[in-house]
Amino acid sequence: MDRKIGRWVAADVVVLVFGLFPVLWIISLSLKTPATVADGRLIPSEFSFDNYSGIFKEGVFTDALRNSIGIALISTLIAVAIAALAAYAIARLEFPGKSLILLSALAIAMFPPISIVGPLYKVWASVGLYDTWLGLIIPYMTFTLPLAIYTLSAFFREIPWELEQAAQVDGATPAQAFRKIIMPLAAPGIFTTMILVFIFAWNDFVFAVSLTSTSAAQTVPAAISQFPGASQFQQPTGSIAAAAVIVTIPIIIMVLLFQRRIVAGLTAGAVKG
Amino acid sequence: MAGIQFDDVTKRYDDGFEAVKHMNLEISDGEFMILVGPSGCGKSTALRMIAGLEDITDGELKIGESVVNDKAPKDRDIAMVFQNYALYPHMTVRDNMGFALKIAGEDKGSINQKVEEAARILDLSGHLDRKPANLSGGQRQRVAMGRAIVRSPSAFLMDEPLSNLDAKLRVQMRTEVSRIQQRLGVTTVYVTHDQTEAMTLGDRVAVMRGGQLQQVDTPKELYNHPRNIFVAGFIGSPSMNFFTAHVEDGKVRLPFGEVDLPQGVQAGGEVIAGIRPEDFEDATLTGDLPDHLVFEAPIDLVESMGSEIYAYFPVEAPVAQSDELAELAADSGLADVPSAGEEAQVVARLAPESEVKEGSKARLSLDTTKLHLFDPSDGSNIAHRGG
Repeated sequence: MDRKIGRWVAADVVVLVFGLFPVLWIISLSLKTPATVADGRLIPSEFSFDNYSGIFKEGVFTDALRNSIGIALISTLIAVAIAALAAYAIARLEFPGKSLILLSALAIAMFPPISIVGPLYKVWASVGLYDTWLGLIIPYMTFTLPLAIYTLSAFFREIPWELEQAAQVDGATPAQAFRKIIMPLAAPGIFTTMILVFIFAWNDFVFAVSLTSTSAAQTVPAAISQFPGASQFQQPTGSIAAAAVIVTIPIIIMVLLFQRRIVAGLTAGAVKG
Repeated sequence: MAGIQFDDVTKRYDDGFEAVKHMNLEISDGEFMILVGPSGCGKSTALRMIAGLEDITDGELKIGESVVNDKAPKDRDIAMVFQNYALYPHMTVRDNMGFALKIAGEDKGSINQKVEEAARILDLSGHLDRKPANLSGGQRQRVAMGRAIVRSPSAFLMDEPLSNLDAKLRVQMRTEVSRIQQRLGVTTVYVTHDQTEAMTLGDRVAVMRGGQLQQVDTPKELYNHPRNIFVAGFIGSPSMNFFTAHVEDGKVRLPFGEVDLPQGVQAGGEVIAGIRPEDFEDATLTGDLPDHLVFEAPIDLVESMGSEIYAYFPVEAPVAQSDELAELAADSGLADVPSAGEEAQVVARLAPESEVKEGSKARLSLDTTKLHLFDPSDGSNIAHRGG
């Protein structure tokens, strides 16, 4: 028994180190001064927050941060709202073409974004969506909807149908039953889906770098790639590291905030099991 | 409150399967009606059609004076107790019971009052602020009942509400259900496959098989005058003994003797005889009784239940064969038990004082006035024919 636990602990440590070492490294980089940035040591010889104050002094990063938060949040809300309705229909209703919808959703999810970025750039440029929030929100929604529909319909299927029927017999309209019974019970699923969609939108680089050009809509990943160095011959390594650390913070906050809601077993006690 | 009326109601699924066939049934205001039958007989479908959870293919369904075929469940003013209770897990007991009233837009004060009243009736007052997950099975069942009664609907629909409880609790809740229904006097339709529930709860019992009503009668009538072999075999525990017998010259030739054909009954040739286990007596205890046929039976198994004794013995008569009996056997899981062919097994229910012993002969008597005879071709009760 003890040996078994020991092996698990060892495996966990390996995974943690493997996963977190790069994060540790980039935090270390972000705290180094330009002179020591290339010294290859994990613990900086002198700590400095110049990189952080530096990126916030430039408008480029704060604008990008604002764009990122706005675009990711709006995409998440719209995508999850639409996906919830679609997933509910798929989970509960029998209608012609149901499997076709699921299949095409899956096909879209398989599509590599890079293959549509070129045509999308042309279209966006001609209809005036280039370098706007909406121009990024639309592709983000399109690419996250399939995943959202899949996860949500799995959650909806878990909810006993009798609950809805009970609500209907109790006098609720289908819309009321959905809002007051299904949505609260599917909350863990909805929050999980929201986090997945948010992370996709937040991390996206391909669309961001191709469909935006100015601080009007440029998101953080795109902005970081275009950080200017202190001089023409210097890589802005410290600034990039600092920006990278900053952009992970919203994700961490979001996961911490919602992890309590992402508990399974909320439906325990609904039916005799 | 209102009566419920099935007028030639049929439910046909898309694949052509008919779950309920031309059902005609009138449930009067305040009546406790039981729908009973083996699984797949259409009883739940019939109940769900009343609730509006299942579309009606043909015919008319009335609640009170209005035809409800096209009404949504919410407009039918009915309350339903589901087999798995279907409590809303994210709401407290209070919110669960008050949900329907809240939807209906009643004010908080009167909702609270009604919920607390219902909780008092159901002995749930101490649990109003707990969630369903923290309740025992019996408490959940009562919450489900409470959710139905707070609304004072025109009818209660119950879909095997006690089947998830353990045996002891089931008996307790059965009397509770009966008491609540009598107290409120609301029309109730109760679906069950448990014949004990059917016999003890209902004003009338509707026995269904394969989507068709077999007989609708008071429990006593069903028991004493089953219209066909299916009802006879379904009602009663242990169930009725069946074996083939011959009718000749106004006499029924049973394997253990001859009995006069009951008056007014016309029959000839092969029939299926049906005898309830309780219509046998231990002749050494009772002595000679009028209208009793005394015979010797080789007892091969005795089960003592304390309050009564079940004595099993074989008789030299072919096991009765019919579709109805095959279906009953399948439903009780007996289909795979090989039957003896030329030897039917009979069970007699005797008084506990009886001293019958396994492996020895016993003197039993049969109440000949209680003999049932069925037509082997269609399973109908011969005594009922034309009447």
